[in-house]
Amino acid sequence: MDFLQLILTLDSTVRLSVVLLFACLAGLFSEKSGVVDIGLEGKMLISAFVAAAVAYETGSAWIGVLAGCAASLIFAMIHGVASIIYRGDQIISGVALNFLASGLTIVLGHAIYKKGGQTPTLTGNARFTEITLPFADAVRDVPVLGPIYSELISGQTALVYLAFAVVPAVWFLLYRTRFGLRLRAVGENPSSVDTAGISVVGMRFKALFFTGILCGIAGAYLSTAQAAFFGREMSAGRGYIALAALIFANWRPLQAMGASLLFGLLEAISNLYPKIDVFGVVTIPVQFTQALPYILTVVILAGFIGKASPPRSVGVPYVKEN
Amino acid sequence: MAEGQNQGRPDTAAPAIELTGISKAFGPVQANKDISIRVMPGTIHGIIGENGAGKSTLMSILYGFYKADAGEIFINGNKTEIPDSQAAIAAGIGMVFQHFKLVQNFTVLENVVLGAEEGAMLRPSLAKARQLLTDLADEYELHVDPDSIVEDLSVGHQQRVEILKALYRQADILILDEPTGVLTPAEADQLFRILARLREEGKTIILITHKLREIMEITNTVSVMRRGEMTATVKTSETSPEHLAELMVGRKVLLHVDKPKANPGEVVLDLKNLRYVDEQGVERLKGIDLTLRKGEILGIAGVAGNGQSALLEVLGGYADGTGEATLKGAPLPLAGRGSDGRSRRHSGIGHVPEDRQNEGLIMEFTAWENMAFGYHHEPEYQKNPLLMDNAGIQAKAAASMERFDVRPPNPKLKAKNFSGGNQQKIVVAREIEAHPDVLLIGQPTRGVDIGAIEFIHQQIIDLRDQGVAILLVSVELDEIFSLSDRIAVMFDGHIMGERMPDETDEKEVGLLMAGIVEKAA
Amino acid sequence: MDKMPRWADVALIPLINILLAFILAGLVVLAIGQNPFDMVYFMIKGALGSTRGIGYTLYYTTNFIFTGLAFSVAMHAKLFNIGGEGQAAVGGIGTALVLLAVPWPHWTLALPFAVIGAAVFGAGWAAIPAYLQAKRGSHIVITTIMFNFIAGALSIYLLNGVLKKPDQQAAETRQFGDGAHLPTFNEMLSPFGIEFSKSAPVNFSFVLAIAAAVLVWLLIWRTRLGYDIRAFGNSESATAYAGISSVRVTIIAMLISGGLSGLLAINVVMGEAERLILNFVEGAGFMGIAVALMGRNHPFGIVLAAFLFGMLNQGGFELLWEMPGISREMVLVIQALIIIFTGALVNMTRDPLERFFIRMNKRAG
Repeated sequence: MDFLQLILTLDSTVRLSVVLLFACLAGLFSEKSGVVDIGLEGKMLISAFVAAAVAYETGSAWIGVLAGCAASLIFAMIHGVASIIYRGDQIISGVALNFLASGLTIVLGHAIYKKGGQTPTLTGNARFTEITLPFADAVRDVPVLGPIYSELISGQTALVYLAFAVVPAVWFLLYRTRFGLRLRAVGENPSSVDTAGISVVGMRFKALFFTGILCGIAGAYLSTAQAAFFGREMSAGRGYIALAALIFANWRPLQAMGASLLFGLLEAISNLYPKIDVFGVVTIPVQFTQALPYILTVVILAGFIGKASPPRSVGVPYVKEN
Repeated sequence: MAEGQNQGRPDTAAPAIELTGISKAFGPVQANKDISIRVMPGTIHGIIGENGAGKSTLMSILYGFYKADAGEIFINGNKTEIPDSQAAIAAGIGMVFQHFKLVQNFTVLENVVLGAEEGAMLRPSLAKARQLLTDLADEYELHVDPDSIVEDLSVGHQQRVEILKALYRQADILILDEPTGVLTPAEADQLFRILARLREEGKTIILITHKLREIMEITNTVSVMRRGEMTATVKTSETSPEHLAELMVGRKVLLHVDKPKANPGEVVLDLKNLRYVDEQGVERLKGIDLTLRKGEILGIAGVAGNGQSALLEVLGGYADGTGEATLKGAPLPLAGRGSDGRSRRHSGIGHVPEDRQNEGLIMEFTAWENMAFGYHHEPEYQKNPLLMDNAGIQAKAAASMERFDVRPPNPKLKAKNFSGGNQQKIVVAREIEAHPDVLLIGQPTRGVDIGAIEFIHQQIIDLRDQGVAILLVSVELDEIFSLSDRIAVMFDGHIMGERMPDETDEKEVGLLMAGIVEKAA
Repeated sequence: MDKMPRWADVALIPLINILLAFILAGLVVLAIGQNPFDMVYFMIKGALGSTRGIGYTLYYTTNFIFTGLAFSVAMHAKLFNIGGEGQAAVGGIGTALVLLAVPWPHWTLALPFAVIGAAVFGAGWAAIPAYLQAKRGSHIVITTIMFNFIAGALSIYLLNGVLKKPDQQAAETRQFGDGAHLPTFNEMLSPFGIEFSKSAPVNFSFVLAIAAAVLVWLLIWRTRLGYDIRAFGNSESATAYAGISSVRVTIIAMLISGGLSGLLAINVVMGEAERLILNFVEGAGFMGIAVALMGRNHPFGIVLAAFLFGMLNQGGFELLWEMPGISREMVLVIQALIIIFTGALVNMTRDPLERFFIRMNKRAG
């Protein structure tokens, strides 16, 4: 593999990992607060559709993102009402919302655009375009650093830069603010928060707010930046990969970035190099590379390598008791 | 020890805490009945009573965790509404729960600050807390490393964190719920030094416990609770452990049981050096030697939490112990294969567990299904190699329920729909009708109404007369006295001594229960 | 002493919830400018209006019975097996291997072996998550989700490799032999002079599904194992008292669950496609969760719920012809809303209803 090929692979990795990163951070908020969210997939999907449709209608990608976030937020709040207020089963709620998104996006898309659920292609300002950073062209010919800067760092869409900026922000919010302290506490031991005079319900809803927004951006990225249209089932299981990345990252924001990049890299490899020869002896099939994120996650969960330590009260509705 | 510290204070000062007419019911269970209490500032007030007497409920009301059905709360003479924990904290009340409310993977500092942060940013709050913690540590001998992770701390130190949390919130009133239940004796002594120090600084402390020794050691005044009612409030200096034990266990109209003299036969169960370490690494049984004979009732007396439950669990087959045990002359495995509940039943050990709702019964199962619970693999309950004989089980259950006067006698009702007494009768009926050689019985009449108590007691006596060896564990002393042919007293995982019921009295047994061995009386 | 009469619990609440789901779905239909009553009419007509419609409905019903039963068996042990999708996919591989390996002379001979292949492969796919849950405490929801995706990758790999029909583009196996052909309802009923659509895919597997429902009922409510499973699901602490092994119950319940999911392949792979194709499960594994939920984990309820979901599925396909403005994914919306109301938000209707009945009882008493 030559250097330029490597740069291209990494470039593809970055583009593919952004959606995972947003979704993974979204899941981080929810699960840190003690609410299991296997509905990341559905929130992404509904947002991808709404973002594409609104961007198409208004001609603004940014308004599309906002609309996508709003749609995702509504889903997050339904999940909140079901699991926090009515103590419903969080898994069932998540599964149902994924179905709802699958169905609703196509029903609405079909009714509005008559293209089997697909939206028209976004052009101009309705989609995110690549931003060329200063001097990108000038330094292109500098060895090693030149291509890294001009191909990898420059020439990404605004949402890519946003994703990598959000990571330290989330870290700061979680580990350096009052809100973060309470959020982490409510997922570990809600009764400690309750006895400290803080509302468990309130904290969990606040967490789901962030989940909704971040999932919204993830979905909008799919349809307005990575692609320029919405297509049916466009999220294609990425919500679940993001969930896997969250486990892989052991529910930490910086590691979430690492895990998203790793899983993004695996996706890039499977796209670019379907068959990998290992010393001409074994050929690794593309399906293995594709399944690797899931396999790695199971291995982590089994505790054979490292130890998964999820928030201790995740998935358990809080009922006051002594 | 430090009693009478504040005798100089005029009695006319407003009490730090005054509760009047507090009542609280959970469904049909009256947890607190018209309770009134006054605690003067700068004193330690003990509340003593058996498990389930309603102590914790009362304190949870004071801390805003539950809302009382009736009654008023006055703090420093002012009527105060405490709808939630926030209000309690604002009123200067701090609580150390029996099960700590700490975030296990947070640092001490983070736990102290949680909910009482100074601003949106954490760093200044933590810095301030660190300083304050150092001051408090020096002032009250509450030394804990602020940067250690809570789960790495010993239980005693975790408790200090809870106290620090309260002090950090400037609590003047501190409630401690069974604080020594999880502590080693040395840790408990340290805690008492800290409490004495807090009292010197003018803090008011409520200490909830069922341990007489603690009450005598540290409190100024003490209230006794029993079955949801406050039966007495006395000055500690004017009472004695014997008197308190009497108030605590109560002198309810003795349920007289016609009990012919026992005819103990050969030894059925023989235990030597039985030991058990629980999952938390605490040694619950510290070398128990016991023998149990055919046709006798051996009563195990003791304050809850002194190893009686562990004894039942090991013998009942759901905790692995070590030591030597023989059943009818054959070795009885205490761990591993052949030591589970099913094997125990098969070998002739029946078990009426202490916790019928979580162990003895499946609440969602019907009465007839519960009548086979634990025995459902026995050949007599099978119709053929594949299917269970449900019709047979139902018929048998209906007959048993009739015999044991279970009301309503409807085997198709779910267990959760019976009253506590009738649930217990179902368990007792099941275990008795399996014709065991040995029957383990834990708290046979806890939460059971008077009528059912008498009935269950009579069944136990009858069973003994049929030659069954019975091991009875109960925290109700009068139950132990009215049923047992021999009494063994447990304290801190040891057998403190064995007595014959007609050669001892409640006073002596009560002292043994408190771990006090009298010089030969 | 129950707070609510049994009929309210079993019938009234599900009915209210389904109604709520349909009302909300109706609003969606109104929003896209269509008539919801027309939709319901055409869906029912499409699902039940002809033997072809009924045939398709029952074909889907068969799938949902298998996956619904699968989910319910695990759920009786309080194990949330969300991996029906993957277990069914792997069951398909088992079925195909059995049917491709031997030139079967007659379906009556092929079926038992195909059933074993489907069940063993499906159970095998559930075995690892089961073991990890029982022995290592890995959360079964997450591991089974992961196994769904791994199963997907495995299917693609095999169907593009060793199992692929030679000299063909499509990722599928060759046709199974004629001796592996399961009789369709048309073939089963014509000897009795009953005319049933030739094109409907419903086949002998439906009988198998009903038999499976009866067997599951026997297993859960009539055998020692079923007793153990239900006891474990209701109270872990009590099973320790009774000496029921949690490891054993967890693993066996999951194996049975996986095996039942695998049987879906008998209907789809052996009965309909007569070859192994990609993505043949088509979400039926997930839908099993909803079916079991609605059927309250009882085989009888599951068969009814499977029929309702089968009708929805088939009715949705017909919609495409009658009302081109509504995409067939409207069915997914209805199903999702049913799951939300009967599953996640069940306390929203239950709590007020419970209060209502308590008030009524007080007044009456």
